[in-house]
This record gives sequence, C-alpha cells and structure tokens, in this order.
Amino acid sequence: MTKMHLTLTVNGEAVETLAEPRELLIHVLRERLGITGPHIGCETSHCGACTVDMDGKSVKACTIFAAQAQGAEITTIEGIGTPDSLHVLQEMFREHHGLQCGFCTPGMITRAWRLLKENPTPSEEEVRFGMAGNLCRCTGYQNIVKSVLAAANELNTVKEAAE
Amino acid sequence: MKDLPDSEERRANLKGLGCARKRVEDARFTQGKGNYVDDIKLPGMLFGDFVRSPYAHARVKSIDAAAALALPGVVAVLTAKDLEPLGLHWMPTLAGDKQMVLADGKVLFQGQEVAFVVATDRYIAADAVELVEVDYEDLPVVVDPFKAQEPDAPVLREDLEGVTEGAHGPRRHHNHIFTWEQGDAAGTTAAIDASEVIAEETIYYHRTHPCPLETCGCVASMDKINGKLTVYGTFQAPHVVRTVASLLSGIDEHNIRVVSPDIGGGFGNKVGVYPGYVCSIVATIVTGKPVKWVEDRMENMMATAFARDYWMKGRIGATKDGRITGLHAHVTADHGAFDACADPTKFPAGFFHICTGSYDIPVAYCAVDGIYTNKAPGGVAYRCSFRVTEAAYFIERMIEILAIKLGMDAAELRRINFIRADQFPYTSALGWEYDSGDYHTAWDKALKAVDYAGLRREQAARVEAFKRGETRRLLGIGLTHFTEIVGAGPVKNCDILGMGMFDSCEIRIHPTGSAIARLGTISQGQGHATTFAQILASETGIPADKITIEEGDTDTAPYGLGTYGSRSTPVAGAATAMAGRKIRAKAQMIAAYLLEVHDNDLEWDIDRFVVKGAPERFKTMAEIAYAAYNQAIPGVEPGLEAVSYYDPPNMTYPFGAYVCVMEIDVDTGEHEIRQFYALDDCGTRINPMIIEGQVHGGLTEALAIAMGQEIAYDDMGNVRTGTLMDFFLPTAWETPNYQTDWTETPSPHHPIGAKGVGESPNVGGVPAFSNAVHDAFRAFGLTQTHMPHDHWRIWRTARDLGLHG
Repeated sequence: MTKMHLTLTVNGEAVETLAEPRELLIHVLRERLGITGPHIGCETSHCGACTVDMDGKSVKACTIFAAQAQGAEITTIEGIGTPDSLHVLQEMFREHHGLQCGFCTPGMITRAWRLLKENPTPSEEEVRFGMAGNLCRCTGYQNIVKSVLAAANELNTVKEAAE
Repeated sequence: MKDLPDSEERRANLKGLGCARKRVEDARFTQGKGNYVDDIKLPGMLFGDFVRSPYAHARVKSIDAAAALALPGVVAVLTAKDLEPLGLHWMPTLAGDKQMVLADGKVLFQGQEVAFVVATDRYIAADAVELVEVDYEDLPVVVDPFKAQEPDAPVLREDLEGVTEGAHGPRRHHNHIFTWEQGDAAGTTAAIDASEVIAEETIYYHRTHPCPLETCGCVASMDKINGKLTVYGTFQAPHVVRTVASLLSGIDEHNIRVVSPDIGGGFGNKVGVYPGYVCSIVATIVTGKPVKWVEDRMENMMATAFARDYWMKGRIGATKDGRITGLHAHVTADHGAFDACADPTKFPAGFFHICTGSYDIPVAYCAVDGIYTNKAPGGVAYRCSFRVTEAAYFIERMIEILAIKLGMDAAELRRINFIRADQFPYTSALGWEYDSGDYHTAWDKALKAVDYAGLRREQAARVEAFKRGETRRLLGIGLTHFTEIVGAGPVKNCDILGMGMFDSCEIRIHPTGSAIARLGTISQGQGHATTFAQILASETGIPADKITIEEGDTDTAPYGLGTYGSRSTPVAGAATAMAGRKIRAKAQMIAAYLLEVHDNDLEWDIDRFVVKGAPERFKTMAEIAYAAYNQAIPGVEPGLEAVSYYDPPNMTYPFGAYVCVMEIDVDTGEHEIRQFYALDDCGTRINPMIIEGQVHGGLTEALAIAMGQEIAYDDMGNVRTGTLMDFFLPTAWETPNYQTDWTETPSPHHPIGAKGVGESPNVGGVPAFSNAVHDAFRAFGLTQTHMPHDHWRIWRTARDLGLHG
C-alpha cells in the first residue's frame, strides 16, 4: 500500500516517517518511531493502555489513523519526565504503590497528566471519573487514585509556594 | 535516627521482612521503559497471525492459501498438513490430553487456530488472513455439558472414539474426560441422610477469563549458525516451556533459551502452552528469521485459557443447632474441546477437595466429571490456586444456604463450625493437612470492625421500611471465611508433565558485599524484585537495596516451575531463605577464622557475626564477603555463593474473613458497595504495602467475576462476550475503596512462616460479593441465583421474587 509522508512533533521533537494511511498511530509510534512506552491492550479503545496526548487531549492511539495524526503534537510517557527529573506523577505512583505489572502505567500516567491540567484540584470522584477510560487489572485503582490525588496536592503546593 | 539504638538502625537499613519497601521495578515502568514481549524487535523479524474458525464445530473440507501466498510480503501459510510431518499438528496439554495446534480435519470451538500466516509486517499478515479460503461443513454444536453426556450427543473428539481409558481413569461416554473422586461416598451419604437438617443446592460458577491487560505472545528466533533457539514470551513458567519445547521439537534443551521479559499481568492466562508458540517456533525454524506472534484481545478471550465453568451440586447435613454432619459435592466440569487445565498431574480437578473450607466437617465426599463441549479449552487457575476459588465459592454458598434452612445467622453458623486454633495441624475429611490457623480470632475481629450486630439491625429495619413502601433499596451483608491452599507443591504428589513442583534460588554475594539472586519463578506484577530481596536481606544481612533479583531467563536462572497458584512465596520464597541460610553458614566459618574463635563462639546479629559475650568483636557480612574472595582461608573454598532447590513438605493455608456491605436498587438492579472489609492472614508478612496492593487487585477481580464478567456462548457456540465492550472489567468508577486488615499466623513448616497472598482476595472476594447479593434478598425467600450478578440478573431476581409489585 502507498505510504504517506508523516510529520509529527513527538515529545517536543519534530519527527518524520513514512506510513500507510491506514496504520494506527500506536503502531507508528511503537514500530516506526521506537516509542514503546504506550502499550496495546485491546485495539478497540476500551483499555487505555495506548493513551497518549494529542494536541492537548488524551487520545487512545489504537483508534487514531496515522493520517489523522498528520502535523499533530504528541506527548507520550517518554515525554512526561526524565530519569533525572521525574514528573511528580511518576514519583507518586511509586510512592503510593499505584502500579503492579506496569502495563497500564504509561497510559494511566499520561491520562492523569492531562487530567490534572484540565482540573488541577480534582476530588476523588473526579479522578475516578476522569480516569475511567484506563483499565488496570492489578491494583484495583485504590492506589492509583491515591497517587493522582497526591500528585495534584504536590503540584498545587509547589504552585502556591511559587506565587 | 541518632536516638535509635544501633541495632534498630542496622535493622531498618536492611529493609528486610516486614518493611513496606518501595518497589524497585517502578522506576522503569513509570517511565515507559518496561520491556514486554511486543516491545522486542529483532532484525528481519516476521509477524505471524492466525486464520481462526468462525464455527464452533465443523469439518474442514479444504484450505486454499494461494491468494494469501500471492500477496507481496507473505512468506508462508502453515496448516496442519505442514506440521504433520514434524509431528506438531497436535501437542500435549498440561492435563494429559492433546490439543490441535492447527485444525486437523475439523474445528471444535469458535476461534480455533486453522492456519498460521507469516508475513513481513503485521498489516500484511492481517490482510493475508482474510485471503485464506477455508471450506467448512458445519456440524451439530454442543455447548451444554449435560447435553454433551446424552447418548446421542455428537462425538466431539473423533480422535478419542473408542478410547475408554483416559489420562485420569475410565471414560464412560464419548464426551466424558474423567471422573475424579475423593473422600468417603457411602459414609457421607449415610451421615447426611441421618441429619436433622439437610440443605441441597446446585451452584454454578460461570465461565470467565483471566484477561490480563497484556495478551499472550512470543518472539521465536532460530539461530541456524549456532543451532540455538531463543523464545521470548509471556510465560508464567519459562522453564517448563523450555522443557516442553525441547520434547516437542527434538532440539536439545541446552540449545533452547526461553526468556520471560516483563509480563503485563498473568492471572493464570499465561501458564499454558498455546498454538501460537508452537507455530512461531516452527516458522522461525522454517524461515530462519525471527517470528513474532502477539494475539489481539478478541483472540485472547476466545481462544486462550478460560477459567471456572463448574456446575457444583451440593448436599450438606447438620444438627438442628447447627453442627455440620457431612458434605457431599458433585461437579460437572465443562472443559471445552480439549482438556487443557493447568493442574498438577494427579489432580485433574485441582485442589477442589479443599471444599470443606474453614470448617470441621467429620465426613465428606466430592466427585468431579470432566466433560468435552464445543468451547475453548482451558480451565486455568484464574488468580487462585487450582480450582480453589470454585471450592471456596461452593462451601461459602452452601453455608449460607444451610443457615437459611436452619433459620440461623450465617456468621454464627460459621463460628460454631470453624476448625479451632488448638486443632492445627488439622487433617480434613478430604485428606488435606491444614498447617496453621486461628479462624475464631480473625472472625471476631472482622465482625467487630464492621459492627456486624449493628449492620443486621439496620438490615432488619430496611426490610421493614421496604415492606412499608418507604424505600426501594435493600441491604445485603456478604460474609466469607475462606481457607486457601497454595504453594504447590510437594514433589511427592505435585508435578506438571512429570516435573516436580519444587522451586529454586541461586545467590552470588559479590566481594564488596552486594548480591544477585536468581529464581525459578517470574513476576507478572507481584513485585518479586522487591520482596525476594527483603527475604534475603533478613537472612544475609545485606541491605535489600544492594540485592538484584533476576528471573525469567532459562539460561541464567535455576530451574523452577514458575509463578501461579500463589506458589512463589511459599516455594521460591522458601528456597530464597534456605539459600540465604547456606550463605550465612559459610560466612560463619569465615568469620570464625577471621576472629580467631570457634564457629560455635559466634552468634548472628542482624548483619554480622559477633563473638558471644564480646559484642565489640564482630565481622559484618560485607567484610566476610570480601574475605571470602580475597583471603586464603584453610579448608574453605573461595567465593560466597549458594543454591537451594526447595521441595515444600506441605502446602500453605492462608485464610481470611471478608465482609461486603451492599446496597441494591430493586427497580434497576444496580448495586453499590458501601463497605468492603478484608482481613487476610497470609502468615509472616514480607511487605505490607505489596500485600495491601495484592488484596486491592484480587478483590477487584473478584468484583468483576461476581458482578458481571463472563464468557458466554449462544447455542451455536458463538462467543457473545468476546470484546471489552461485552466483557466486564471494572473501571476506577465502578470499583470501591477497600478496608484491609490482618492477623498473622505463621506457617510452621515454611522457613520464614510466609503463606502467600496474591490469590486469597479473589478466592474470598467472589463469595463475599455474591453472598451480599443473596443476603439482600434472603428476607424475601431467595436461596440461590447464579453469578454473574449483573444489573439485569439482579433486576430479574427482584422481579421473580415479586418485588416489582
């Protein structure tokens, strides 16, 4: 099948690649660009393991065609923190045991990252509702919710201190 | 810290047993740097994909792959005919049966593997799957295990026609696999018949699926120059896969390397050997190129191992004041098209005979009939030890039903019948030796924590209010006291395909006092890298932060039977402690030499050997390790390493007391979990943070199973719940907060007293949720309604009880 020339910004870097228009964004990221943080759990938009941020919104990269992502600005788990400077969400997931097998974690944190931008002071209920597109089979969510609330608290404390 | 006595500080520094140590795995997982099987990319790698049967039972008349092979990028299309010369068109199952790798003349369940397409990328492979033309002639379908046993039922397994002796004894019908029984049939019937009160019920534990977030897959790579086959895959038992691969392929075992990389959850789904692995191995041998196969979600749910599907007929007798006199169980077990259960060989129904539960029952009997139907094979232990969740659900329902019959409170009925603390070690009527327990203490603590008496008063008031028309919500109080049986198991009676179910740990202490330990198990999220280091820290005095734990690579790890059935801590955890003790024994000799005293003049103190009566004279483990490598010590070999292969003397028996408080809307069938209290006793607690996480997760899987999750078939054998749209996996929105608690009754036979915990919450959780639903309707005459209790079924129950007016 004829390939199209795709130009994207991924984690702040301009990248280009050839891909079939029908290719799914998750496959472009994982197979063509070597970004394997986002995972594939269902390919039907239910599980959220493939969650990335596209143009300021959480999307499930398993149901976006490569063609739809032309020119998009994409952030994946790889762009959220660095080994030397972890994002507070990454720290809080470890601190509060918000992960076990780790398969849902990149999507989970990427979604929480956007959620806290949309709503910096969420209630527990808002976190549960806002994260309901991401499935986890290991944790029972209790510690994920705790991690996200702790991260929100931490971010707000830092913000208040700066003001 | 400076106020702490020196020894307390040293102990804290170890982060050993009992420490809520943060996980070492998390750094890579939270940064997207896990390495799961689909992340593996080898040069020149090809992709495999299956043509699967749309029919549940059909003759395969022809397969035409010409159009698929003509598609650019398609390398091969394998069918049973291609595998037959290699003897690989069928493969042995873990249960003593055999299973088609690719359809050999007929298909027996929807989603069965028919042909394996190999192509240069996954899109081409998927396109080619559509181009393979298979001509089917459909045959009559049987999805009901009772209809399958009728005399004129269609013959499903033509390969077994006329075979009257199966792997587990005589076969009495062409769709019958085995009958397995335990206990005293005549004695049990006589005891129950003579009882003042008798309760009988059929309890169905529906078919479900472990559904880990990562599906199953592998990358097989044959290096034709070195003659070495490497298989990366989602294997819960990598060493067993290596042995099976060697036996099937004829490749010497030293020339096969099996690697389980990070695994995205297993829950029993990744124990078995699937056709995808065999086809990938054949394809890499044929093409000389690495071949990746990763199933999609629908394939995972339709074709890989299901769980449960047990029809359990129970009969229980009691005196009129509630003493149980006998328990009788008969199970019709739907095994699907091939018997591919992952149970120890001698136990075709797993450990179902733990079905006497936490109760002192004088006489019992159970029998299980395994039956073939046109459904997917499996029958794995989905987050439980082998068939233990079925057993726990059975007895915890029977207790509730007996309580109704007796007109008695179900909490009190349990208390009357618990095995008492002074009865341990306790031999059950069905032959198990329970190692330790204190059920009454746990039960009282649980009932007090939830204010059980207060809940019952509230419930009674609610029933009255409902009858007066003041509310449309009912209150259910779901009780469970479960006893698990985990840690398979003693080699004398536990094996899988002839391989004894020991496990292992190998330790190397480095000269500067850090260490690496390798085990025969494999973590799938349980946090082994964190907790096994804690066991070793307490045993060797080396801080957990200086110990690397490695698992899953058969070239480096010692042989072990893997991780399932909560066996890692009871078996490999014991091996770890024993290997640590070997290290310490050698270290004592070295320390004695260095301190110029006799071995017996030394005592162990947290991280060092100290001269008795002279605490200022000591050698730390780090000093001893350095000397072990760098100093000539007469009569002692250089180095500091140890290995332990641990054959457990018995299983361990974790237990727990759970209470679920549930509100039910009679008109919509919706439920709300108002409170869930879970007390677990898993013996010695290694890492309380991880235990709590395991309990949360197991309870959520129990919530899913009890309240909605099922693999349902229509009469034609079509899977009705094959996507995550139809198959209930709870989200954060549906999942409640849980309240966890514990008691601690160590196992007397385990080196550190640990029992294992990962599966208890599922085993105890399912009856707790289900009993809550039943209990809500008890006042209106409900005795039994089958799971899953989704909104529609709860609504239907209310309607059938006449509660809709």
